[in-house]
Amino acid sequence: MSIILECTQLSKSYSSKPALKNIDLKLESGRIIGLLGPNGSGKTTLIKLINQLLTPTSGEIKIDGMHPSVETKGIVSYLPERSYLGNWMRVKDALDFFSDFYEDFDRSRALDMLEKLGLHPSDKLKTMSKGTKEKVQLILVMSRHARLYCLDEPIAGVDPAARDYILSTIINNYSENSTVLISTHLISDVENILDEVIFIQNGQIRLHASVDDIRMREGKSVDAFFREVFRC
Amino acid sequence: MSWELNSERPIYAQIIEKVMIDIVSGHYQPGEKLPSVRDLASDAAVNPNTMQKALSELERSGLVYSQRTSGRYITEDRTMIENAKKELAHKQIQEFIKKMNQLGLSKEETIALIQNGEEDDL
Repeated sequence: MSIILECTQLSKSYSSKPALKNIDLKLESGRIIGLLGPNGSGKTTLIKLINQLLTPTSGEIKIDGMHPSVETKGIVSYLPERSYLGNWMRVKDALDFFSDFYEDFDRSRALDMLEKLGLHPSDKLKTMSKGTKEKVQLILVMSRHARLYCLDEPIAGVDPAARDYILSTIINNYSENSTVLISTHLISDVENILDEVIFIQNGQIRLHASVDDIRMREGKSVDAFFREVFRC
Repeated sequence: MSWELNSERPIYAQIIEKVMIDIVSGHYQPGEKLPSVRDLASDAAVNPNTMQKALSELERSGLVYSQRTSGRYITEDRTMIENAKKELAHKQIQEFIKKMNQLGLSKEETIALIQNGEEDDL
């Protein structure tokens, strides 16, 4: 198994407030990994560091052996918490945008999935519901042949049927040598598709284990275990 | 999502059980080809790695065998399937008897109740 992401003593502070503290983390390829933690625990900070939207205060982050750079952006597919697609866009514009930016974007795969949802290239993003917009963005992100997918809260704020659609899109589109990192606090919805989970709290990693290990050792679901670990 | 997976036990163990039940109940016939890992994973809404792990485990038990390039098949050994059925049934019975014990019923009382119940149904 090759290492797709490696963090060494990684720290990030916002002015004097620490968001991540000395994180050591290794992720292997071929896995679906949940990044789980309460609000403000550092999930989004970590994902932004991977995507070079932030730079580390100290420590190191390596993606497939490289520091975050133009090259790593070519192999990391990122679904941000908030949309960066313009409201003026039609589906076709968003497809063009991805084709322009990413060599590994599989336009026909995206078109195929959009068609199955009953969406047309001429549809306007502006008129879509929140759930549909989320689906469109996920389709774009998962249509790249990336090595690492970073999905920041992909299922927050959409209805349960849309959640099922999003999760099955993730399962069906990731390839066996790529890794998917999903940040969420909706654990019970995602835990059946996860190989591993990372519990993060106050900028530190509390636990990094396989889902089946947790269930075997604790005799409870990851969701129940999470509630216990993070009881307020 | 047609596969009912509960949340306490390891997912792969529950998948093994579900596929075993599908084999002994004849949903999958002896010698029949299993769907691909990806299709099964998608159907069960679980991670393909987990499905892979469960199927490898079933292979080790002999109920399923893989043909190098063409996929996985159900065993044609009917005795083995019969034995697996007995094993599953035995497990269910043990659990049932345990529950009846918790209600304060002995094994004999339980058996008597079952027989009476069956007569009532007739």
